[in-house]
Amino acid sequence: MPLYAVLTGLILGGVIMAIAKYNPFAAYAALFSGAFGSPTAIGNTLAGAVPLILAGLGIAVAFRTGLFNIGAEGQYWVGAMAAVWVGYHFPTMPWIVHVPLALGAAMLAGGIWGGVIPGLAKAFVGAHEVITTMMMSYIAILIAHFMVENGPMMAPGYVPQSPTVAASATLPPILPAVFLNSNLSDGFFIAVAAIVVVHIVLFHTTLGYKLRAVGFNARAARYAGMNVPLYTVLALGVSGVLAGLAGGVQLLGVDFQLTDTFQSGYGYTAIVVALLARNNPIGIFFASVFFAALSAGSQIMQINAGVSANMTDVITGIIIFFVATDRLYGYWSQKMRPHRPSSTAAIISGKGESPQ
Amino acid sequence: MALLEIRGLCKSFAHVVANADVYLDVEAGTTHAILGENGAGKSTLIKMISGLYRPDSGEIALDGAVQHFASPRDAILAGIGVVHQHFMLIPAMTVAENIVLGTERQRDAATPRQSRLLFNRKRAAASVQELSESLGLPIDPWARVETLSVGMQQRVEIVKALYRRARVLILDEPTAVLTPQETEELFAVIRKLNQDGIPVIFISHKLDEVRAIASTVTVMRAGKTVRTAPVADATAAQLANWMVGRDVILQSRKEEVAVGDSVLEVKNLSASDDRKTEKVRGVSFSVRRGEIFGVAGIDGNGQTELVEAIVGLRKVNGGSVHLLDRDIGHMSVGERIARGIAYVPQDRQQDGLILSFSIAENLQLREVSKAPFSRRGWLTRAAARKRAQQLVEEFDVRPPVIDASAGSLSGGNQQKVILAREMSRNPELLVAVQPTRGLDVGAIEGIHRYLLQLRAEGRSILLVSLELDEILSLADRIGVMHAGEMVAVMDNQNVTRESLGLAMTGKWSEKEAIS
Repeated sequence: MPLYAVLTGLILGGVIMAIAKYNPFAAYAALFSGAFGSPTAIGNTLAGAVPLILAGLGIAVAFRTGLFNIGAEGQYWVGAMAAVWVGYHFPTMPWIVHVPLALGAAMLAGGIWGGVIPGLAKAFVGAHEVITTMMMSYIAILIAHFMVENGPMMAPGYVPQSPTVAASATLPPILPAVFLNSNLSDGFFIAVAAIVVVHIVLFHTTLGYKLRAVGFNARAARYAGMNVPLYTVLALGVSGVLAGLAGGVQLLGVDFQLTDTFQSGYGYTAIVVALLARNNPIGIFFASVFFAALSAGSQIMQINAGVSANMTDVITGIIIFFVATDRLYGYWSQKMRPHRPSSTAAIISGKGESPQ
Repeated sequence: MALLEIRGLCKSFAHVVANADVYLDVEAGTTHAILGENGAGKSTLIKMISGLYRPDSGEIALDGAVQHFASPRDAILAGIGVVHQHFMLIPAMTVAENIVLGTERQRDAATPRQSRLLFNRKRAAASVQELSESLGLPIDPWARVETLSVGMQQRVEIVKALYRRARVLILDEPTAVLTPQETEELFAVIRKLNQDGIPVIFISHKLDEVRAIASTVTVMRAGKTVRTAPVADATAAQLANWMVGRDVILQSRKEEVAVGDSVLEVKNLSASDDRKTEKVRGVSFSVRRGEIFGVAGIDGNGQTELVEAIVGLRKVNGGSVHLLDRDIGHMSVGERIARGIAYVPQDRQQDGLILSFSIAENLQLREVSKAPFSRRGWLTRAAARKRAQQLVEEFDVRPPVIDASAGSLSGGNQQKVILAREMSRNPELLVAVQPTRGLDVGAIEGIHRYLLQLRAEGRSILLVSLELDEILSLADRIGVMHAGEMVAVMDNQNVTRESLGLAMTGKWSEKEAIS
C-alpha cells in the first residue's frame, strides 16, 4: 500500500507539472540524478536520511504505543543543543569518550523533553500528548534561539551561532574518498543500528510486546496487569531519546555548530516517514531515504528542469494524502470485500497491519 | 403466495461461501424465525435482503415482484425494514428527529413548498406520535434518544422502520440486549404487528425465544437453509440438532465434587463506579474449592463493579478480599494474576483480547513475562508458538491457525482463546462474567463443559451471568445482587425460578428465606 501512495504521488505530481507546462520526465530525471546521480549525491541523500530515520523511529515507537509525538522537532533541537554544548566544552577528551558523552547528553535531553515531561503529564493529569509535545517543541526551538542570540551558547563575535564542536566530538565521514565532499558520516551506522535495536525491542522482548499491547488496546493491557501509565511514559521517553539522538548525530556529523536558522524540519518530515512506513522499523529506512532523496534532488530539479523545488513538497503532500486514505486502494481493487478495520486512526497507531 | 420469497440466493466472498442456495418464504402476518449458529450465514442473508450486499445469484421477490436492490435505500423504498443488533440512532437527537431522518421531504411531499426546505419539528413529532399510537407502541417523540432505555431505543427503531412503510420487518438478534421484561414487551409488539398483517423475520440463536414467538422456523447451517418447519412441530432438541448438525446436551450434567475450604473470601466489600456512585454495598460471600458460585441479578446492580474489585481493576472503598487466606484487596492486577486469579471479562473484544494481535500473541497476554512465553525479558517465540498450537487444538479454536489475528475469529472462537489462556494457567479462582454472551448453542455447550471440567478438578469459579438458565444449570450456590447488595445466597438444590426472580427485583425478605 505505501508503494501505491508513493507512485500516485509521483504520477499526480507529474500531471501537475505537465499542466504547468513543464516536462515531468525531464524534471524527474533531474530529481533522480540530483539524489542518486553521483557518489556525492548518494552520500548526501543517505546523510539526509539519517536524522529522518532516527526521529522517524522515535515517532513510530510512540505510534505503536498509541501515542502521537508531534514534537520531535523540538526534541531534535534540545538534543542538538546538548550535543553541541558537550561537544565544545571538553576539547581534550578522547574521541571514544567524547562522542558517546555528547550523544548521550542529546538522548537524555530529548528523552526528558519529549518523553518524561509530556509522558508524566499524560499519565497523571491526562494532558494530551499532542498538545504537550507540540508546546514543548516551541519552547525548545525558542530556547535554542535564545542560546545563540546573545545567550550562554553564543560564540565570541557578532554572528548568532555557537562555537564549533571540538574535533574529538565529531563523527568521522564514511569513505571520504568515495562519497567525495558529501555529508555522510558515521551517524549513518548509528541510524542503522537504531533500526535494528528498535526492531528487536519491539518484536523480540516482553517490553516491546507490552508497548504494542498498550498501544493497540489499553483496556486489555490493563486487564493483563500491565502498568499502562508506566508504558506511556516509557514510550514517549524512548520516542524523545531517538529524536534527541537525531539532533545530536546531525550536529556532530554534519553541522558542527548551532546557527540561527532553526528550521531543520526533520521532526515534521519524520511524522510522514513513520506514517509511510506504517511504523515498521525497516520500512522507516526506505521511507527516510525516499524523502531525503526528494529533498536532495529538488535543488537539481530546480536548476536543470526549471521546476521549483517546492514541487517536491506538493508531491509529499499528495503522498501523505494517499497514505491516509489507503482504504481507497482496497476499495478500487476489490469493491465488495468484507470489512477490514482500517482507518486513518488505525494507520496512525499502526493498527492497520499485523505486527511484523 | 408468500409476501417475501427468497429463491436460491448465493453469495461468496474471496474464499468463503457465505450463503449457498438459500430459500425462504415469509407469509404475511406471521413471525418467521431464522435460527442458526454464529457464522451460519444469517447476517449475510439479511444484508442481501436489506440491500447492503448484492447476491451472486438467486432472487428476492416481494409480493411476487423480483427485486434488485442496488443500495439499502432501494430496499427501504421497496418496504424492507431492518432493526439491526446495534442501533442506528443518533443519541443526541429526539425520537421524532431520529424517526423522520432522511425522509423529511418525501413524507411531506404534499405540503407547501417552503416546508420542503425547512424541517418542521412539530409536524414531525405529531406524525410520529400518531403513528406510534396507532401501532400501539407509545413513545415520547420529544425525548432524546440517549435518555431512553435499550428497550425503548429498540422500539424507536421499529417505529422508524414502520414510518418508512416497511412491509416486512427484520429483527436481527433483537433480544440480545434486552432484559427478560423488555423481551416480553418486544414479543407483545411483534404479536401486534403480526395482527396488523406485517410479517416479522426474527433472527436468533436462542431456541426458547424462537419457540416462544415464531410460528415458522427456518434453520441455517454453514450458509444453507437446512430446514423449514412450523415451530409447533419441532422440539427444542430437534431444532438444536438441525442447527449444529449433531446432538447437543441442553442441560449440563454435573458430577458430584467434594466441596473444600473457602478459596475466595469477600467481606463487607464496597466499591464505586467511575462516576463515584457507590455500586457495591457491603457484599460478603465466599467461594469454595470445587464449587461454582453463581451471581445472578438484573444488569447494572453492581455485578460489574464487584467483579472488577475482586480482580483488581477497581479500587475498593471498604471491606476485604482474601484469596487463600491472603488479603489481596490492595494488590495490583498483575499480583493477583500471579496469585492465581483467572478472569474472563464480559467484553471479550474490549478487555479480553487485542484484536490485531495473533492468537498466539493473545494467548500470552496475561503472563508474557513468564515461561514459556519469555525468558529474562526476551520473547521465546518458538516455545510460545508450541504452547499456542497445543492450546488451540485442546480448546478446538477454529480455524486452528495461531498466526490468524484474534479479530478474524468468530465470537465463540474468541471466547475459546480467552478460556484457553485463563484455564491453562491452572488458576485457583476463575472469575467469568457472561462467558457465553452472544454465542450459539454449540459454543455455549463447549464453554459450559470447560467450566464444569475446571470444577471437577477442584478449582473455584465465580460465574456472573444475566442468563438465569446458565446460573441454574451450572452453579452450586447462587448469590443474588440487587441495588449493590447481595440480597440472598441460596443453595441451587432448593431454589426456584420464582424466588430468584423475587430476589433479583429486591422483593425478597429474610422471612421467606427461612420458610
